[in-house]
Amino acid sequence: MFLKYIKNVSTLELNASSCRGCGMCVEVCPHGVFALSRNKAVVVDKDACMECGACMRNCPFEAIRVSAGVGCAAAMINGKLKGTSPDCGCCGTGCC
Amino acid sequence: MGENDKNPSPPHYIVGWHKTLSGVFPVVDTKLTLRDKLFSFLVRLGIKRMGYMVNPGVYAVGKPGGDSPILVTANYKLSFDSLRKHLGALDAWILVLDTKGINVWCAAGKGTFGTEELINKLRAFNIPFLVRHRHLILPQLSASGIAAHEVKRSTGFNVIYGPIRASDIPYFLKNGCKATKEMRRVTFTFMERLVLIPIELIQSWKIVLFALLFQVLLSFPSPDTTFLSLVKNTLPYINAALSGAVLTPLFLPFIPGRSFAFKGGLTGFFTTLFFCLLLDLKGAVLLTHLFLAPSISSYLALNFTGATPFTSPSGVKKEMKFSIPLIIILSVSGIFLSIYNLWRGI
Repeated sequence: MFLKYIKNVSTLELNASSCRGCGMCVEVCPHGVFALSRNKAVVVDKDACMECGACMRNCPFEAIRVSAGVGCAAAMINGKLKGTSPDCGCCGTGCC
Repeated sequence: MGENDKNPSPPHYIVGWHKTLSGVFPVVDTKLTLRDKLFSFLVRLGIKRMGYMVNPGVYAVGKPGGDSPILVTANYKLSFDSLRKHLGALDAWILVLDTKGINVWCAAGKGTFGTEELINKLRAFNIPFLVRHRHLILPQLSASGIAAHEVKRSTGFNVIYGPIRASDIPYFLKNGCKATKEMRRVTFTFMERLVLIPIELIQSWKIVLFALLFQVLLSFPSPDTTFLSLVKNTLPYINAALSGAVLTPLFLPFIPGRSFAFKGGLTGFFTTLFFCLLLDLKGAVLLTHLFLAPSISSYLALNFTGATPFTSPSGVKKEMKFSIPLIIILSVSGIFLSIYNLWRGI
């Protein structure tokens, strides 16, 4: 059993026409979101996506888009309070 | 060409020097000493966590040569330790990037374990002259910071993503650098959650202290305040902190709901109810605690999202949209209710 987080929110988009089926996304995804089917990548478990952006960054054909970031409430609250982008303050004080 | 400073007294994990045609490299110990384990334990408690790093550079494991694999890692000492302790019988190179003492996963997210840093270090440490092959083994969890095809384009090196857990590296190497499906999946087991608890507890102290001070201040105007009644009124808040920072993370998969704030609030509500009934707190006082304590545990559980390997930013944003206002409403109502109780002399 693996932990499931909030459904139907992932910003992941796969453009099948740009995909050349290299399989990089299948390899880098830590949650098994992708699979290869008939030499193309397909999204098989979108709700498992944590939007880390590994697939997008490693797709040589720019077929994947996701609004990547870290799912950290503390960072988002920090960012809101300081008026900056999400910032966990790791380099100095706190978390991860 | 060895880029590592040959200090008169190298760190304790350096057990010798490996002389090659490309320079002299420090040889790392593949066994963790009591000192490593003690410091790791302190770091897990949040002590000296930020300065716990190793120097970026090239290190030798065993007696590596021109055909030995290169394993790339972060310069957070816990990352470095968890890699070297699994390399016992191997001859390999370790390339430590400068991630400012942050672990692989977080540094990749920030971009410090990134394409640019890797390319820079390959050049700075003369890696093309160190080995005959053109392969680098990177931890899979660094993929969110590294674009393998860009590294290949600018340096000629092929990035091979290794397994997520360093313990799988010996098998991975023996298996011709092929990872199994299980090695590619992140886990979040009970033990993996357990080691995160101390930091969660330490980071919750401000909220707990505030709640305790508030209760103590409220108790003083009353002539009936005794040490026992003070303890009785502060216990629900210690319980709230433990519910949010310990119970919810530990029993995460078994607590209903998907939202962390909900899981934390639920745990806080039921444990508070239990303790209040046990301490024979009733009526308006019980109601006040049931407003305040779950909002604390809910907030602490929400903050645990950042420590997990499966929460998406979109999901966190969505749950914050309803949980933050609710937490504020509950805690403000709770504070007003306590003041009202005080005024009525309860």
